[in-house]
Amino acid sequence: MEVPYTVENRPDTGLYNAKVGIWLFLASEVMLFGALFSSYILLRVGALEGHWPTELLNVPIGTVNTLVLILSSVTVVMAWASLKLNDFKKFKMYQAATVICACMFVLIKSYEYRDKFTHHDVVLADGMRVDGHLVEETDEYIILSHPVSYPAEKGIGYRPTAIKLAEEEAKAHGDGHHHAEDRKIMLSDITKRTTWGPWANTYFAIYFTLTGLHALHVIAGALVIAYYWGPGSKMWKTNPEQFTNRIEVSGLFWHFVDLVWIFLFPILYLL
Amino acid sequence: MESTEAKEVHDTHHDTDSHGADHHHDPGFWRKYIFSTDHKIIGIQYGITSLLFMLVGFFLIAAMRWSIAYPGQPMPVVGSILHAIMGDMTSAVFDPETKELLGYAISNDLYNAFGAMHGTIMVFLAVVPLAFAAFGNYVVPLQIGAVDMAFPRLNMASYHLFLLGGLIMLASFFIPGGPAQAGWTSYSPLATSIQTDGQLYWLIAMVVIITSSLLGAVNFIATIIQLRAPGMTWMRLPFFCWAQFVTAFLLLLAFPPLEVGALLQLMDKVAGTSFYLPTGLAISSMKDISGGGSPLLYQHLFWFLGHPEVYVLILPAMGVVSEIIANNTRKPVWGYRSLVYSTLVLGFLSFIVWAHHMYLTGMGTKISTFFQTTTMIISIPSVIILTCLFISLWGGSIRFNTPMLFALAFLPMFGIGGLTGLPLGFSYSDIHLHDTYYVIGHFHYVVAPGTIFALIAGIYFWYPKMTGRYMNEFWGKVHFWCSFVFMNLTFQPMFAQGMAGMLRRMSDGGVGYSVANNPDAIGGLADQFVKLNANITLAAYALGLAQIPFIINLFYSISKGKKVESDNPWQSTTLEWQTPTPPPHGNFTTPPTVVGGPYEYSVPGAAQDYIPQNQKA
Repeated sequence: MEVPYTVENRPDTGLYNAKVGIWLFLASEVMLFGALFSSYILLRVGALEGHWPTELLNVPIGTVNTLVLILSSVTVVMAWASLKLNDFKKFKMYQAATVICACMFVLIKSYEYRDKFTHHDVVLADGMRVDGHLVEETDEYIILSHPVSYPAEKGIGYRPTAIKLAEEEAKAHGDGHHHAEDRKIMLSDITKRTTWGPWANTYFAIYFTLTGLHALHVIAGALVIAYYWGPGSKMWKTNPEQFTNRIEVSGLFWHFVDLVWIFLFPILYLL
Repeated sequence: MESTEAKEVHDTHHDTDSHGADHHHDPGFWRKYIFSTDHKIIGIQYGITSLLFMLVGFFLIAAMRWSIAYPGQPMPVVGSILHAIMGDMTSAVFDPETKELLGYAISNDLYNAFGAMHGTIMVFLAVVPLAFAAFGNYVVPLQIGAVDMAFPRLNMASYHLFLLGGLIMLASFFIPGGPAQAGWTSYSPLATSIQTDGQLYWLIAMVVIITSSLLGAVNFIATIIQLRAPGMTWMRLPFFCWAQFVTAFLLLLAFPPLEVGALLQLMDKVAGTSFYLPTGLAISSMKDISGGGSPLLYQHLFWFLGHPEVYVLILPAMGVVSEIIANNTRKPVWGYRSLVYSTLVLGFLSFIVWAHHMYLTGMGTKISTFFQTTTMIISIPSVIILTCLFISLWGGSIRFNTPMLFALAFLPMFGIGGLTGLPLGFSYSDIHLHDTYYVIGHFHYVVAPGTIFALIAGIYFWYPKMTGRYMNEFWGKVHFWCSFVFMNLTFQPMFAQGMAGMLRRMSDGGVGYSVANNPDAIGGLADQFVKLNANITLAAYALGLAQIPFIINLFYSISKGKKVESDNPWQSTTLEWQTPTPPPHGNFTTPPTVVGGPYEYSVPGAAQDYIPQNQKA
């Protein structure tokens, strides 16, 4: 028994089975991320004034990551095109480049995650909120670098332009020595303490959920692409046409993952 | 005539079951029945598993019905068994005078847990897998003339994921604190705040089940698009395949938002987020939340699946019924194209009616008006489908065999279910009826004597193809008439109770609000409606007993039933009957080529009253 159209196209649809399958799967993925983007909109629109922080993410790093993914979608096409041109060596090279790009993306993303998880936010007894990166922690006090402080009723990560300007001014007039700006806070003064994880507020919740789910897709896609770069590539010798189809299908998935990021980057970093 | 010649060809293949496409190797028990990639075996796996889950779901409601009809009274026999399994979740009942232990009743928490699990199991683990996965897997590839599904191994994975999800769901009965208690809808913040790990099991199981049905949906659509036999054009597709095709799209596109809903609730549970937890939420167990979330968000995500899910439940049933009606009236279904286009419209509209479940959430009257309008519009294609099936009966020489009886009963029963939905679809009448027994009556009429009757009809109908033997006709009719009577006795009184204002989800069946217990209160529940609880419970138990002949019949007939006379015992036109019985791995002895429409019955001038799709008139 042989299932037809696993390799060759069905004449009236012009597609092989796996291509139909992956497009359908991507349709469901659109609904998956669509629902998350809708949740993002609903939460943001429903947030109290000043409780939806913006400009907390590092735009240059995000831009680099965007470029890394765009590069990978070029290499993933080149890998498939190389197979179509019967150039297996070039395929290997481009396939490896895609995997490297994927790893770079995940590395950069985890650096950004770490940056947020080590960013502490405390509410003091005097009603002020202070946040900054944790430098030192003892049983009596913590030291935060580059702390920003504002009234606690403002939401976590509140960054009005005024604070920003003041910061820049201080930097311009200061000696440029960052540690000079460290602030020591006694634990006894702290009434509430948290970090910038998903538990901090709904902005961080949706940020980590969206990027986390996207990162899982990147990792899954990279594993598949790495498999076809390594042990899976044996199929090139036995059934080159089906192997090329597989590269095409995994490439379609990879493009989708890239495309999701193209939407994620502006709504999380820029807006 | 050519057709009789073709019949002889088929009959010669009849005794050659082992003549299947892969007779060159015997796959052994595990490969053949557990890790099979054959769509027919997977269909049967789904069928058996979902029927077992249906039994579990029925048991849960049986226990709940006892609590509703006889609140606070010990359950005979079952009470002590439940106590042995669930421990403190059951409540001990003592004689008020002698202090003697009388037995065990289910506690209010356990009632809630059973209610949540009854809904979840019946919808996600019993009816949908039976309607979509079991029948779809067995019948669709045969009807389109394919050798198997497009992705056989993915198909196997779908079933195993489904089983895994079901087992996780069942496992939650045995953990401390018991299973999820927040209803099958698992509304937040209620679901997030109840201190039981059951909700975690529910969420994880749902994610697994959703993944399974996504893979299944991809597979079905790809199969129908890619693997139709030569000549099987879209308008020659049996209506059952159309119904499954649209159903698969609903699952594919509606389930991901629920997956997101479950994922976000999981984050609320384990990562401390506040997606569904608003600022200022005053629940003692949830002090350290950041707030800022939206409970309405969950309801939107849930019902975005929840409503298409209704059509996932009903469309395959309509498909089954139309096949059986065409076959047993010996004439084409009336308005094949209307059926197909109505189904497509229904599928599309089902995505924009979801918030009619949410009129009372405070989402706003303008939004209510929009969803009320779309809800009224969606009743049009539903009525067209039902009308086509009714008109199909006109002038037919009807064979009243068991499958046909169930299929015929589907029509008025689903009609009642559908028409009682209209007052719920209007936002103003829904204010009174929302969350009452009227709602329960409404959707059970759609699903129980509607969908489940159609599915049982399908089991009686396709059983001869699966096993080569008929199910017993006499016991089939006993099964039908008893089910039919008790089904109505169970659900009909609920409309009266609901209109009288009796709310769902009360473990004492409304006694606490009855006029008898609150003589001074205004608007108490009249005694006659409370008394109906006992009638309903007895009818439900009788309905359960009425399934015993079916269960025995189902297993007994595998080896002892009357043998079929030919590969096409119902003289049907569609391709699944043009195979050996049971079909071997690979299905067809010669690849079929389709030359005719799906319902060529009683064609004037033909030698027989049916012309199979792969034979010329």
